Parts: sequence; structure tokens; C-alpha cells
Amino acid sequence: MIEQKVVTPEQLFFEAEREEQFITGSEAIREAIKSANVDMAISYPITPQSESMHLVGDIFAEGYIKEYFRGENEFAVMSSVAGAAMAGVRVFTATGGPGTLRAFEMFPTWSGSRLPIVCAFMTRGINSPLTIQPDTLEMAYMLDTGMLMLHAENGQDLYDMVLKAFVIAEKPDVHVPVGVFADGFFVTHTRDKVNIAPADMKLPSYNPNCAPVPAMDMETVPFRQMRDPFVMKSNFISYAAHASWQQEILAAAERARKYIDSLLGGLIEVENEDADILIIASGTAVSQSREAIQQAKSEGLSVGLVKIKSLRPFPTEQIRRLAAKAKAVIIPEFNRVGWLCREVKTAVDDTTKVVGAPRVFGGMTMPPQLIVDEIRRCANE
Amino acid sequence: MLESKYQVLVGPEGYLPPAAASMGVTLPEKGQALVEGSIVSEEEAIEKIAQKILEAKNPFLFPGPLLLWDWKEGVAEKAKAVKELADLAGTRIIPMPDYRPKYPMINPAVEINPNHPNLTIWHNKIDFCLFIGVHCHYANVALKIIRGGTDCYTIALCGEAGHEDAMISLRDVGLAQLASLTEAVARLKGVAGK
Repeated sequence: MIEQKVVTPEQLFFEAEREEQFITGSEAIREAIKSANVDMAISYPITPQSESMHLVGDIFAEGYIKEYFRGENEFAVMSSVAGAAMAGVRVFTATGGPGTLRAFEMFPTWSGSRLPIVCAFMTRGINSPLTIQPDTLEMAYMLDTGMLMLHAENGQDLYDMVLKAFVIAEKPDVHVPVGVFADGFFVTHTRDKVNIAPADMKLPSYNPNCAPVPAMDMETVPFRQMRDPFVMKSNFISYAAHASWQQEILAAAERARKYIDSLLGGLIEVENEDADILIIASGTAVSQSREAIQQAKSEGLSVGLVKIKSLRPFPTEQIRRLAAKAKAVIIPEFNRVGWLCREVKTAVDDTTKVVGAPRVFGGMTMPPQLIVDEIRRCANE
Repeated sequence: MLESKYQVLVGPEGYLPPAAASMGVTLPEKGQALVEGSIVSEEEAIEKIAQKILEAKNPFLFPGPLLLWDWKEGVAEKAKAVKELADLAGTRIIPMPDYRPKYPMINPAVEINPNHPNLTIWHNKIDFCLFIGVHCHYANVALKIIRGGTDCYTIALCGEAGHEDAMISLRDVGLAQLASLTEAVARLKGVAGK
């Protein structure tokens, strides 16, 4: 193993002098994993994720990771990752698009087993028809898996979120998996300035003895819920236990809020919150919105921006409060179903002010002009 | 998160009570504790636990595997301190050595399980129970079931961050907190005896 100094998360995240690098999102993943003190990484290729786990394999060869291998397919990878986490090691993987759906059964299993796995999702279109192009549709499916969900706007977010996700996931009162989502190609294959902590520093090891469930140790029976699961019995007592178990997974996500606040500076970032028109977005739709807001400003239109960094837990109260003051709320999205629009409508008191547009999908880009058009339309109403 | 006034009170609360965390109850910071959903000082919570133990007609301790197995340094001393507390307070003990659902059925007179704790509480008419050394997930699963279906007052002494679903919960519990609780029980018993 390569020699690295173990430092506190606070030292690594906030105190260590960072170096600016001009790198892709995939390379930002590599840099984050260098400092994450990961025990095991398991890979399976799928565009646009393949490069990131390839690069993680490279740093395994350099001695940054104890174990690394390629699984048979995404379901096998996510199952293997579960086994590693159950055994009490820190584990990382990544996938995207159809790979996410192929592995889908494992995501609620991770949550239900209280496994602090960190997985990066490099989003792309899913089948019907087949595409490898950017699209965030898979995130709609992930919203109710019990996983925490962070959405990166750019390479810097991706680096910080992946690294900090380990600390959030492993808090004893949280201890559920974290998915860090980045828009495929737009982030993964685009070079950007990213400030990186020194690679000779790493996080402290994961301590499975503080986990809310026993690690899979044959001297500590039973290992998690895998033995005598509730499905083996059909009676009210078993149903009540299962219900209480599910509630506890949701409670764990609630407890993550304070850690997301302290490590990522909050579930949202807000600019010009008193504006009549508010754009609420996540991922690269935020960057497109920034461009649109600059254009609108040159036309004398005042528009605010809410960048959502955490989708699970969702910033319900903050969105409700911010939307209450706005005349209109515009939600630009890179998918056809408008899952963020649905989430925002669930949070706000007056859904009639929420505009679910523009939406692009199937690999289309989102010209800022589309957002400006919506801003003008709302301003003239 | 909901900014509610949800209180974690003695049940039976109903068919399926919510997780207190989902109702806006937050875990205490270091040096603090939870009493019925509100954050108080650790000292205040310890005093309240001592009162509740002594008021109870049929108090029980439910020690879990983190306390029952001598798996790391300091656990044996902690277990001894818990036994001293139980002896002084006059509580009975039902250990929870592991978390397996017992099939076809448990013997509720001598067993407790996080998946059906209400059976043990109903059978023994337990009106006060104290969890210690139970892994956090399993404690929370059990505490909600107890609150939903029984009138048992619940305490969770946690070595980590605490439990919103207990009526009273201490966090970071070690020998010092156990000694303070035992001292509080002794003091109140002395007052009660005069």
C-alpha cells in the first residue's frame, strides 16, 4: 500500500491546502478515491461510467486501495459490494443508466441492511430506445430506495460529494448508502478546474464496531437480517417489525441533514432568493440556469436560483419557504418525466406557480435560451 | 424536516406510530440528552431516568449483545456497573443476546427480541424498560413497536448518538454516566426512604 497520512475529515475537507487541477469528472472520482481510504472497489463497465472505475483500478495498482476486481455484471457488482460492506469494510463502486436499473434490486437491499456504501451514478439514458447519451431519468427510480442522493453540478461537486459521502454514510446514526449522481458526459467527460486535497492524506478507516447493526462476523450472531428474515413468517408481529424497520431507514435519512449541512454547506445553495422568479434545479441544469439568469439580467429581469445538492433527504421546508415568496418557480430538467418538478410540487403550498419546463432528454443539450424563454413568459404573465 | 411539536410519550400510541426522527425530533449533541422528544441537559435526563425507575411498578433492563459479550476493552466494567444499577434500583433483567426472531414462538417470560418486544412486555406487565448495549438499528425498531402497542416507559442508554424513539435517551454512555445514574437512584431512594 502507498504511504498516506491519516487525517481527520475536517482537516482533509477544510484545512488542507488544495491544488487546482484541470480534470474530467471521471478523474475527479479518481482523486476523491485516492483520499477516501477505500478498502475495496468493484467495477463493471458501462458508458459513461467506465472510465471512472478504470481510473480507480489504476490507483488500486498504485496501492491506494486494498482490493479491486471486476464483477460479472452490475447486479453481481452491487451484490458483491453489499457483501463487502456487511463484512465491515469501506467499499466504492460506480455505474449508470441501464447498469443502474440492472442492479436495481440491490439498492433498497443496501439501505435496508444499513450498509454505508458509496456509489457514483454517471447518469445516461435508459432503454427504449437504447441510448448512451446524457439523461437523468434513472434518478426518478432511485428516489424511493432509501439511499441518500447527492447531485453534482460539476467536477468540483463530484470530488467533494464522493469524498464526504463516506463520512456521512458511516455516521452511526445515519449508516445508509449514499448515491452521488453526476450527469454523464456533461460532467464525466468535461474538463473543469477542480481543487484537490493532497493525495498523501486520507480519511480515517471505517469503524464497523460503531455500526447500528452487527458486522457479518461469525462470532456475532446473527449477521444482519439475512438469517430468519421477516418474509419467513406471516403474522401481524412480523409485519409490524418490518414496518418499524422501514421507518428506521427513513429516519436515518432525516438524521443525515445535519451532516450534509456541516460538510456540504447545506442541502441547497440559494442566490437572489427574494426575486419574483425562482429557478430550482439540480446537476448540470444548475449551470445552464446560471447562464440563463445572466442573459435575463441583461434584459432587466431579476431571477433567483436554488441549487439542490441533496435530493434524499429532500430540502422540503427550505423549498416551501423559498417558493412561498416567489411569483413563479421554473424547474429545468434533463429528463422527460420531470421528477424534480414532482418533488418540488410535493413541497410547495401553491403548485400552480410551478413551471415544469424546459425539459430535454435523449441526449439533447439544454440551451440557456430555453430557460430564458420560460423566464420571459413568467415575467409577462 | 418537519418543525413539529411531536412528543415521544408513553403508549399505546396506535397501530403504526411514526419514527420520531421523521416527525422533527432531532438527536442531542454531546453533553445533551432527549426527554420525550425535547433536548435537555444530560444531568436533567439522568435525574428523570432515576425518578422513572423508582416510580415504576415492574421495571426491567434489556441489555443487548454490545454489553453481554466481552468483545472489547471496557465492556466488562460497563456490564458490572449496569448490574449494580439493576440491583440498587430493584429492576429485573431480560437479556437480548442476539436479534434472531425466535420461531415458532418466543418464551416471553424469559426472552426479549427487537422484532416482537411487545410480547415480552405484555406477558410480564412491564411498565418501565431500559435498553443498553443494543445495536442502534434494532433498538429503534423495538422502541417504536413498544410505543405503538404498550404502555411501557422506554429508556435507551446509547454508546453512540442516542435514540429519538425512546422516551428518554442518553448518548455516549460510558462508566461516568452509569455512575451518575446509579448515584441519582441511590440519592432518590434515600430521600424516598426518609
